[in-house]
Amino acid sequence: MLILLFAIVILHIAALVLLFVSTIVNAWVSDNGSTADLWQNCSSSDTGVHCVVGYTGEWIQAVQAMMILSIIFSIISLFLFICQLFTLQKGGRFFLTGTFQILASLFVMSGAIIYTVKYRDWISGDASFGYAYILAWVAFPLALISGLIYVILRKRE
Amino acid sequence: MERQVVFIVFLLLNFTALASELILLDSQSPQTQAIWVYTSWERHGLVGSEIKLYCSFFSWRWLSEDVSFSWSYKPEAAKDSISIFHFARGQAYVDNKGPFRDRLEFVGNPKRRDGSILIRNLEYNDNGTFTCDAKNPPDIVGRPSSVKLLVFDRVPTRAGVITGAIIGSVLGVVILILALYYLMRFLVARRVLSLKKGKKKSGKEGSQQRQVGVKDVLTYLQLEILES
Repeated sequence: MLILLFAIVILHIAALVLLFVSTIVNAWVSDNGSTADLWQNCSSSDTGVHCVVGYTGEWIQAVQAMMILSIIFSIISLFLFICQLFTLQKGGRFFLTGTFQILASLFVMSGAIIYTVKYRDWISGDASFGYAYILAWVAFPLALISGLIYVILRKRE
Repeated sequence: MERQVVFIVFLLLNFTALASELILLDSQSPQTQAIWVYTSWERHGLVGSEIKLYCSFFSWRWLSEDVSFSWSYKPEAAKDSISIFHFARGQAYVDNKGPFRDRLEFVGNPKRRDGSILIRNLEYNDNGTFTCDAKNPPDIVGRPSSVKLLVFDRVPTRAGVITGAIIGSVLGVVILILALYYLMRFLVARRVLSLKKGKKKSGKEGSQQRQVGVKDVLTYLQLEILES
């Protein structure tokens, strides 16, 4: 039972870390020498890395909001898990924890989808998607699976 | 009673300190006083619409009869600025030759230290820096203040406005749902408690203890609907 709990917490924290890295690191789209993400456009030249403020359209702000919401919900879900671990009665299910984690996964999914559909608005040329974008897509199934495990899991011992 | 006296004495001391500071400042040489002109930092306008450029000032002296406002305009890529507006001795002089002829209007109130101007029918060429200079004789030493005008055909959304709105509304909805759920649970628990008290009075044994769950909330809602 303890090992199971430990594994679930590790999965949850892994999803959370992926969400953080994806939101913060400047690598959603990368061209040769220049990278862009939700917040800034950076270009590296001989003098070093030079970043300017990114775009301010409505859709990029929606993606920003979705990623931040998913992080917030994932953190809340972690707190709720620790809380429910001690207060839930025997045989009960971690419904609240699972709900918040599934909501977090839905938010990151919608953010990634919006970015995929609308990225031509703000990136031109033949730029390729960076690793932060891929991490967002990987975080979605991880968070979803972890949320579903919470909903199915029953508290024993 | 003692505390009130101490408080009043404290207030009086503060007032005298403040008053003496102000008297000291006033009796200093006039060069240390300056007039502070303030305008907005940046204004965004739509092509074809009108925009009000706000200008006001702060001065240690009382408002004089000779208060004057001057606005000048420097186009975006130019080095020199031209004068477009002047107000002195109660008379406003508006640009009638330059780029703003027939488009400029004085909408300020000098008696309230307001020297704002209104520009109608904005054009793309109006992009630039507008500088307001106010003088309140004898308080004339001060720096003029500038406001940058940006003309768009579509006002762009500022960064972070929509992000904040989405985050705030989603969190608000979640908090609302949680609050409603816990309120319902609390009300159901109260009703269960009152029912149990009723049962005990009539002599029956109370039901076993269990936590209030979703089923109880639904039953409570059904009962409420039936009763109403």
